Order: sequence, then C-alpha cells, then structure tokens
Amino acid sequence: MKITRKDFLRLSGLSFLAAGSMAAARAIAGRDPSAEGSSGTQAAQPVRWGMVVDLRKCQKEKGCDACIRACNSAHNIPQISDPKHQVKWIWTQSYETVFPFIQNGYAEESDAGIQVPLMCNHCASPPCVRVCPTQATWKRDDGIVMMDWHRCIGCRYCMAACPYGSRSFNWEDPRPAIAHINPDFPTRTKGVVEKCNFCEERLAEGLSPSCVEACPEKALVFGNLADANSEPRQLLRKRFAVQREPELGTGPSIYYLV
Amino acid sequence: MRDRIWIIAGLLLFAVAVTAPFWSERIPAKDLTKVPNLVLPANQKQCVAPVSYMRASHMLLLLRWREDVVRRGQRRYVAFNGKVYDKSLTRTCLGCHNKEQFCDRCHTYAGVSGPYCWNCHNQPQTNVAGLGPRSMP
Repeated sequence: MKITRKDFLRLSGLSFLAAGSMAAARAIAGRDPSAEGSSGTQAAQPVRWGMVVDLRKCQKEKGCDACIRACNSAHNIPQISDPKHQVKWIWTQSYETVFPFIQNGYAEESDAGIQVPLMCNHCASPPCVRVCPTQATWKRDDGIVMMDWHRCIGCRYCMAACPYGSRSFNWEDPRPAIAHINPDFPTRTKGVVEKCNFCEERLAEGLSPSCVEACPEKALVFGNLADANSEPRQLLRKRFAVQREPELGTGPSIYYLV
Repeated sequence: MRDRIWIIAGLLLFAVAVTAPFWSERIPAKDLTKVPNLVLPANQKQCVAPVSYMRASHMLLLLRWREDVVRRGQRRYVAFNGKVYDKSLTRTCLGCHNKEQFCDRCHTYAGVSGPYCWNCHNQPQTNVAGLGPRSMP
C-alpha cells in the first residue's frame, strides 16, 4: 500500500503524542508515591540538632574546662602549643569579644572575666559548605555540618568562609601531639581541616555529645530544635538567648542564654 | 653483512639483560613463586564476604562502607550469610585481622604502597602513637 505524505505526518504525529503521554503518565505516577513517602517521614520526625549554652551555669567553678577535655579525649584532638598550629573543636573566648553588641558601657562590669565556650555553630546556611570545592563538608538532613576527612584536600576555603573561626587546619601530623589515642575515633592527618562534628558518632548510638555529658553544671543543653517540646526549645522560650553574629544570616544552631 | 657480528652480540646482550632477574643468583627461583605468608584470624572462620570477593574487591567494600558511614549514616552491614557487622575498619576488620601480618604483607608483596588508611585510622589495642607517621604516597 502506498502511504501519502499526509498519512505519514498524521501517523508520526500520533505516535509522538502517544510516546509523550506515556512518559508523562509514568513520571506523574512515579513521582507521587515517592514524594508522599519522603515528605511523610520528614513530617513525622524532623530533626535539627542544636545546643543551648546557659552562661549563668557555665563555669560556676572558675576555669572549668570539663567539656573541652572531654571533647579532646573523645576526638583525639592534638594539643599543640604553637597558637598558629592549634587544633580546636571547643574553645573559650572572653564574653566581650564573643558578644560585642551586648556591651553598653556598664554591662562590662558584670560580664568581665566570663569565658564563653565556643564551637561549630552547625549553621542553617553554612558558608563553609558553599565554598568547599570537593563537597568534603556538607549539611546533613538533621542539621549537622559534617566533614568527610577522606575527601578534604586542605584548601582551607572553609576556614576563610567560616565567620566563627570554628575550623582548624592540621599543619603538622597530629598524632605525636595526642597524649592518649582513643582507638574508637580516627585521628586526622597532616593537611586536612577539622571541626566539631556534634558528636555524630555518639548520636548514632543514641548518646548525647561528650561535652554535654561532661558538663558538671548541665550548662550545655543539647536537643532537637525542630521539636517544640525539646529541652533547648523550652529554654529558648523562657530565657533571653543570643546567637553569635546572627546578622550574617548563617543561622547558628548554638544559642547562648545570657 | 659486515655488521652481523655486532647485531648478534647486541641481541645476545639484550636477551641476557632481559632474563637476568630469572637466573641471577640474587633472586632464587623459589622466591619468584613465593606468595605472601598471611596470618589468618584465629577467632573467626568467615569474613564479612566470601574470600574470593574479599581478595579481589576488599577495597570496593571499604570504600562503600566509608561512604555509607560518613555520608549516609548507615553503620550496620548485613553480610551475605545474614550476620550483622559494624561498618568499621578499626572495630570490625582489625578486630580480627592484624595490620602487619595481614594487610601489609600482601600490599608489600604486590607493591601496592597506596592506601594511607593508617594516617588516620587506628589499630585497636596498640599504641598507635608509637607507630610514627606514614608518608602520603
């Protein structure tokens, strides 16, 4: 049978239409259940880990560094005396340098000498993640800004991007500077950046972070900021809290009760 | 035709040089077929995967474990025989295997100086600080 040009065009048009509608139908059918499933689980258990530091309770005993020591031994953090080579996950800084906007000429009298414990803020929109060229650092669904040390190439862009100075670079092999190596946690190697990981290895076992556990005054309160009834959220409702440099828009997950 | 002697001499020299490793006194013939002497774990009969797979593809398994733990937060590994393991180099692999008597012997033999796992990962129950740093390849 001879096929005319008109028939050919009509047939091919119809077959394209059929193929296109099949693909569309499959896409719609395929997308719906998965989208429902993921949003369903998200709605059931949204998690955003965060911490509230109660500065009234912190350092009741002058010079207490229980949280720092607990973190150091849990994560094999080297103790290097050269300040340029230091590695820190939690550290302290004086109140007036951390919260300069609270200074009013008189408040300093009462705040003098307060050392504020600082750590990675696990920001809602972390600048370190945006600049990392290898995706060695990224934000997990539960809000933890995580690092993959296998992948870090040591370019230190993240250190430049972090406005809080939460990241440290291993300028030298850290192992000789670790007094007792905790075999359950890897050390790092020369040439990688490291920072607080919110003890994600402990969270996976259902434990709270080492610093929280070590605090004798329970000044560090860890919990799910997405849960309105969690301990940190209750504290944030009751007390006046500040974040470090909130005007930068990073959305820190660490709050300080002043 | 005048160069025949030189060509034959050159070929002979070449053959001698190429076969030198096989007949030279420094490498006895029995060493050429020697396989690394691995110390197998005493406390376990079965690894997390069949031996043939582990021998050929342990590095792929380790990479997958690494991605699962670090990236996806999945720490439990269900083996082919249904046993559940912790995806951990230090706790699971080195819980049975000894680095010096197992990993290193094969890697040295095969000339795979590569993986710098031990720059960061620890060996259980040993004084890792005493091992000293290993250089990156």
